[in-house]
Amino acid sequence: MMRIDKIEEGVVLDHIAAGKAIDIYQSLNLGELGCTVAIITNARSSQMGKKDIIKIEAHRDLDLKALGYLDPGITVNIVQKSKIVDKKNLELPDRITDIIKCKNPRCITSTESNLVNEFVLTDRENGIYRCLYCEAKAER
Amino acid sequence: MENKVRCLFDIDDFSIEEINELISTAEDIISQPQKYQNACAGKRLATLFFEPSTRTRLSFEAAMIDLGGSVIGFSEASSSSTQKGESVTDTIRVVGSFADIIAMRHPKEGAPVAAARKTIIPIINGGDGGHNHPTQTLGDLLTIKKETGRLENLTVGFCGDLTFGRTIHSLVNALGRYKGMNFVFISPAELKIPDYIKEGVLQNYNIPYMETNRIESVITNLDILYMTRVQKERFFNEADYMRLRDYYILDLEKLQFAKKDLIIMHPLPRVNEIAVEVDDDPRAKYFIQVDYGKYMRMALILKLLNIEV
Repeated sequence: MMRIDKIEEGVVLDHIAAGKAIDIYQSLNLGELGCTVAIITNARSSQMGKKDIIKIEAHRDLDLKALGYLDPGITVNIVQKSKIVDKKNLELPDRITDIIKCKNPRCITSTESNLVNEFVLTDRENGIYRCLYCEAKAER
Repeated sequence: MENKVRCLFDIDDFSIEEINELISTAEDIISQPQKYQNACAGKRLATLFFEPSTRTRLSFEAAMIDLGGSVIGFSEASSSSTQKGESVTDTIRVVGSFADIIAMRHPKEGAPVAAARKTIIPIINGGDGGHNHPTQTLGDLLTIKKETGRLENLTVGFCGDLTFGRTIHSLVNALGRYKGMNFVFISPAELKIPDYIKEGVLQNYNIPYMETNRIESVITNLDILYMTRVQKERFFNEADYMRLRDYYILDLEKLQFAKKDLIIMHPLPRVNEIAVEVDDDPRAKYFIQVDYGKYMRMALILKLLNIEV
């Protein structure tokens, strides 16, 4: 079995759906953090069968709202001195800003470049977000 | 900047109680117009129509003039600074310095919401693309109240372009909150009522509804028949528009099976979806519907400017 070292300080994103770690990495712009980031894909999981994990060293300031939208099943482990000191369970945020773009070509955001895309959670049960402006459903 | 004043983007922004208050005010204006003739003296309405519209713009302007106020604005984007590349939000920020209230129409959906974030005066959505047209709905509700005597226990048929017909979406949204409504959606398969209306309104309020593509099969049950035009400007494809344009035409032959106290409504302009021969039928209410729209806009302007008469 492949062994990945523990991190001393930072964040471990656990229980990412298998194959989705790269999407999370890109959506959160983790490549721009300038710190060490390890992506583990298809790790064995008793709960999920297979899962992905992201380890981010020496950085704890993540956009949890964005992460909650991308995958509310992710567990965020805060690591200090090589120990997990806090676990954060995510939930779908009520509103997300500047994470996804509205795909409706008739939406005002398609022509007004100074507008920030905002989506509002309209159906928590089914995880449906709609554009604040045109109410088009967000496409995941 | 966040606009803290009351605006109207979507008919959902007002509770049923508030809509009923507006209807009461409009009925009072109809019965004693002289009482309101100076209510907005010294106030200015800006009508910003980035998309051409005769009826809605003139209705807003007539409403403000009948309240004793004044009007500024433009009637198409080509006569505004957007032609020079100015953003809608910049235009609104500038106009906000010259007026007390803005009524705007824009071809892009959600434009009034974006506009309201850049000014501190009330914004009224006079139509945003195929999305919402709440003041048309206010006029429609007054029409229904005045012409049927009630706003409950009605079977309402919506016919024509139910996909892009913003008047339909807003009216379904509003009527859905009244008791005892039944809806019948009559459209070709390509122009059906959108899923977000089904999820957000029909299922949310548990409203019984059916969908059909044949008007003849349902007309006998209707208390209200709301006809719409298939709008060329909503299509990206000319061929699709041409194919669907004449799908439904209401004529006296179809109406012979309808109730005697049916009311026929239409947001206008009509092209050919209602035959001219229907105009003289006492059930045709689409021209008086225009008058009711103006009275509701008067009531709305008073409400948003916090003016009590």
